[in-house]
Amino acid sequence: MKVLKVLAVCITVLAMSTLTMAGTLEDVRAKGWIQAGVNGSLFGFGKADDKGVWRGLDVDSARAVSVAVFGSPDKLKFTPLTAKTRFTALQSGEIDVLFRNCTQTLSRDTALGLDFAVVNYYDGQGFLIPKKLGVKSAKELDGATVCVLPGTTTEMNVADYFRTNGMKMNPVVIEDTAELAKAFFAGRCDCLTSDASQLAGTRAVAPNPDDYMILPDIISKEPLAPAVRHGDNQWKDIVNYSVLAMINAEELGITSKNVDEMLKSKNPKIQRFLGVTKGNGKALGLDEKFAYNIIKMVGNYGEIFERNVGVNTQLGIERGLNALWTDGGLMYSPPFK
Amino acid sequence: MNTINNKNSEDISFWYDPDKRSILYQIGAACLFAFVAWYLISNTMANLERQSIATGFGFLHKEAAFEIGESLIEYSAADRYARALSVGFLNTLLVSFIGIILTVILGTFLGVARLSKNWLINKCATGYIELFQDIPILLQLFFWYAFFYEMLPSPREALSPFNGLFLCNRGLIFGIPQAHPVYKYMAMAILIAVIIMFLLKKWAQKRQDLTGKAFPVFYTSIALILGLPFVSWLIGGAPTEMSVPVLKGFNFKGGLTISPEFAALLLGLVLYTAAFVAEVVRAGIQSVNKGQTEAAMAIGLKPGQLLNLIILPQALRVIIPPLTSQMLNLTKNSSLAVAIGYPDFVSVAGTAINQTGQAIEGVLLIMIVYLIFSLSTSAFMNWYNKKMAIIER
Repeated sequence: MKVLKVLAVCITVLAMSTLTMAGTLEDVRAKGWIQAGVNGSLFGFGKADDKGVWRGLDVDSARAVSVAVFGSPDKLKFTPLTAKTRFTALQSGEIDVLFRNCTQTLSRDTALGLDFAVVNYYDGQGFLIPKKLGVKSAKELDGATVCVLPGTTTEMNVADYFRTNGMKMNPVVIEDTAELAKAFFAGRCDCLTSDASQLAGTRAVAPNPDDYMILPDIISKEPLAPAVRHGDNQWKDIVNYSVLAMINAEELGITSKNVDEMLKSKNPKIQRFLGVTKGNGKALGLDEKFAYNIIKMVGNYGEIFERNVGVNTQLGIERGLNALWTDGGLMYSPPFK
Repeated sequence: MNTINNKNSEDISFWYDPDKRSILYQIGAACLFAFVAWYLISNTMANLERQSIATGFGFLHKEAAFEIGESLIEYSAADRYARALSVGFLNTLLVSFIGIILTVILGTFLGVARLSKNWLINKCATGYIELFQDIPILLQLFFWYAFFYEMLPSPREALSPFNGLFLCNRGLIFGIPQAHPVYKYMAMAILIAVIIMFLLKKWAQKRQDLTGKAFPVFYTSIALILGLPFVSWLIGGAPTEMSVPVLKGFNFKGGLTISPEFAALLLGLVLYTAAFVAEVVRAGIQSVNKGQTEAAMAIGLKPGQLLNLIILPQALRVIIPPLTSQMLNLTKNSSLAVAIGYPDFVSVAGTAINQTGQAIEGVLLIMIVYLIFSLSTSAFMNWYNKKMAIIER
């Protein structure tokens, strides 16, 4: 079944190979929308709600790019992708940009022919475990059966972690996220491993969320970043600064509610950022008001974080590493000038 | 005659000579195929290079760095991709091999039951065939897998009908004899017994042809197969030490484990394919004319001889070709293992593709492996088919 999918993608690669690729920006402008690859089943990052509206941190980041290019957050078509098919879809030109909680790594950046834009979520791999096992630390997991999602860095991370600590593990690898969660909740595995944000999402849909806990150990660095095809620098800049605009806005104290008042601000940084003083838009090949539009229509980074994954949502994730650098986190935007 | 022929071939122009024309068409088709192949390959290579995507099979020598749930050979995350893929290859081979054997046995049994004059047996077999033929195999796999992990208890509450055997959602775990050199000799003894059996059968056939005296090959063979290994076990010092599974920490240590994934896959494949094999067997038996049975009985053959000498040789001619195709189906369907977490070749290759990003090479490997499985199965079955074909006199 999945073989067929991979095969289909391969054939697409062959078919696409006949097209000469112009810059993605021209392509996107010509067709009138951006084809964005998203997760499709990850609550809080990329999932359609019960009315069919796409929601999530990754989806909102993609909307920011749509606003930057078209001045509207809805010039988007979403392609739900599995962990296995996502890169091939981008390589083959099936999608224009990949916003699918995707970890930036050296080999993906090089051998896979991708380019990563700025990180929009700092994550790390952890373990979800039933409380009744009485395990307090990942170091006690020797001999455990571990449910793992295939086709991610997770498989390698967890193998590395057990090897480094001289422990044995027995992986159960099931392709489908929902099927894997079902097997885990039925007790097929002692623990489930994935990025901590995904574990929070899985725990939220457990038959009884209070029976499960996420272990405090974080065993890997998972900088999740949007990806574009290698070698298209202009398109990468646009994706990059669309996300950075949301981070910069939070730092400057600009929100979707006060952005109109901020237009009158005397602060030269804010004037440049919102396009009152012109220059930034032209440099990127975009409208001078692109940053203003993003904040007005999508919001700043803090707003999209709280709306999708923050403490008041079902996921209940603290800002942590994803706070601004001024608040002890890692979110940091270069100056917009 | 000769002159007319010569004259004709001179008269017909090049374009209207069917022989020459067909050669021309074939050359044209071959050229077209070669051009399309060259175009696709060269274009893909150029584009892969332009996007700086790695190509080639060099990744096979890199460290795999991921674990695999079950393996027939020693494997750890420190091994190379080539070894990880061999683990997947052997897992596919294991489930297909055992699956095919069980399917043929169950299918034959069901096919015969379907023809039974006993109303109950007949209807049960018919019901089974209709039910399992009509439900998609993927659903059946999900059903059996969910059945195993939902119904069975956790390792700490494992069912243990008798000492040394445990049943839980980690699988069926049972004690096996502790490793000892004598078991190697026992395996060799079995091999020797099989060879002797084969020679014995030839000799008995020859003797019967010459003298008309039958030799009890069947009982001697059973005695050989059981006796030789037993004797070598006695000579080797008759070791009785067992590796008994013990619950340690999260799981059982020692003994042998049959995982729920393997069991679900095997069960699903066998039950599904056996329904088709049953119909093939029924068709084969029904293709033998009833007069053959009556004639055989009239010359006084026993029921066993009737089946072995009259019915089966004729039915097998009809059974073998479609049976081969069912065997191939089973092997190919085993790739659905990815859905229920059994680490078969497709599952392992999928992980390799994702970690290295070399989808084209990975899919190529998958295709080659299934081609090897299928071609060797059909080669064996074609050989068997030729052997079974009735020699016309």
